[in-house]
Amino acid sequence: MMVEKVKGIKYHKKQDVAIVGAGMTIFRRRLNETGKELSYYAVKQALEEAGLDISDIDMVVMGSAPDAFDGVHMKGEYLLDGAGASNKPYVRVFVGGGTGVFAPIAGYWHVASGLADVCLVVCEEKMSSSHPHPQSAFKYIWDPILDRPLKPNLIWIFALEMRRYMHVHNIKHEDIALVSVKNKANALDHPAAQLAAKITVEDVLNSEPMALPVRRLDVSPPSDGAAAIIMVAPHIARQLTDEPVWVTGVGWSLDTTWWTNRDLYFPRYVAEAAKMAYKMAHITDPRKEIDVAEPYDPFDYKELHHMEGLGLAKKGEAPILTREGVTARDGDLPVCPSGGLLGVGNPIAASLGVKVAEIYWQLAYRAGKRQVAKEVTTGVAQAWGDLMQVGTVVVLSNKR
Amino acid sequence: MAVGKRDISCPPYVKGREIELEDLKEKKVTYVEDHPDIRYSFTAGQAISKFLKGLKEGKILGVKCNKCGRVMVPPREFCELCFKPINEWVELKDTGVVETFSISYIDPDARPLEEPEIVAVIAIDGASPHMGILHKLGEVDPEKVYIGMRVKAVWKPEEEREGAITDIKYWKPIEG
Repeated sequence: MMVEKVKGIKYHKKQDVAIVGAGMTIFRRRLNETGKELSYYAVKQALEEAGLDISDIDMVVMGSAPDAFDGVHMKGEYLLDGAGASNKPYVRVFVGGGTGVFAPIAGYWHVASGLADVCLVVCEEKMSSSHPHPQSAFKYIWDPILDRPLKPNLIWIFALEMRRYMHVHNIKHEDIALVSVKNKANALDHPAAQLAAKITVEDVLNSEPMALPVRRLDVSPPSDGAAAIIMVAPHIARQLTDEPVWVTGVGWSLDTTWWTNRDLYFPRYVAEAAKMAYKMAHITDPRKEIDVAEPYDPFDYKELHHMEGLGLAKKGEAPILTREGVTARDGDLPVCPSGGLLGVGNPIAASLGVKVAEIYWQLAYRAGKRQVAKEVTTGVAQAWGDLMQVGTVVVLSNKR
Repeated sequence: MAVGKRDISCPPYVKGREIELEDLKEKKVTYVEDHPDIRYSFTAGQAISKFLKGLKEGKILGVKCNKCGRVMVPPREFCELCFKPINEWVELKDTGVVETFSISYIDPDARPLEEPEIVAVIAIDGASPHMGILHKLGEVDPEKVYIGMRVKAVWKPEEEREGAITDIKYWKPIEG
């Protein structure tokens, strides 16, 4: 048994964990398929890439965001058959928007603990069932007593955080808009993409105001979709591939729902999650040691905010790196080469497909037209969620 | 382990059939509609009940943790960091500073508002730094709002107050 001390807690690992396959559906505003059908498609593709059959799967983790989107409670149980989990140990995990990276963390526990040698991780979201707009379901994340009487919209928290971030570091909207321009262009090479486009900074700045400073093109779209990855023990990985990608670190941290009690300019909970994951992965200088990153980008400023939380840029430096092209696909630190949520779409938990799955494909050199120019060894995927409070981080490497 | 370039592009295919809103409206796809009507009564609890009673009396109440020394608003029954009960209540001022703000053009269902509204996090005077609440600004041109602006609560007339966060109508700039 391997024993390491992480965050002051002794961390026992029975075995290393590799990713050997991934799959995802098309991401779109509305899909005809049910959540179960979408989950089935994603799982089938992940099994095909791994060269496994559903009978090879020991345990299954499902990630899916609020039940209110689907209008079906016990959503985990509802989606079970599509996730290939009939009569298997199965659990649904949920930490809001952080779920897409948290589900692989839960998958990691299953394998690293030795409980499972093959764990399937599936994430599904069907946001279109709630209409006229999934925003109507989102309003129930607010505190019922102190916030809801003010008739809030979810975009508010992003607008308030974005304004604070811009103020503290004196960042211009033009520099933030570059993220949207980059990611939507990157998404042109992603077959699942919903909002791939060549746009300009002016397009973003002139788009419809939603809650200023947030405008329409600063925001990722609501989407339907599903994604899956397969996590295995080393002896299984060796049988399946010469090129597994290893999970070298996982971290997660949550702050309280008292989001109006903290300075929103910096996501401390993301920094805490990253610290935990980096310590496990023996990363001391993330800016130098991370080759490619997929931080959570539901809004353009969020990519920058999260790069800083992940230590990929100093505080206030992420917009400068973006402007200088460092984060472009051919840059020194490619960020969101998939096209991210801004370009490929944002089916909350199923963003697994453009976060952990994308880093896996990049490190396995299977990202096709999206493959970054530089040589890659180590990558990081991160998600964020709820009332400015959830940070989830996974570090992957093609070296054990 | 050396990783060679592979001639695979993933995902190799993507499944799913896109539909449009019109397909639903024109019943081109099969679907079932439901309008769940679930009602809730949220109890405000120990600390927030006292806070709301304070608002009815035109006061903003906070709490102080005797261990970490933080003066917190909204008040709470226990300090989440020290995990100790709170014993000390303090009356805060009904003035504060704009921590951050937004000009919102949409309602909770993402429908356009007739008139944009200004929402803000307001750090309350007398509480610890960055201890704020979510509320709205009024009597000010959206163009003139800035982070660091000093503001004061505009209360509903006493007889109209009901012990709710909306007993404060909005916050307006303090002149000068």
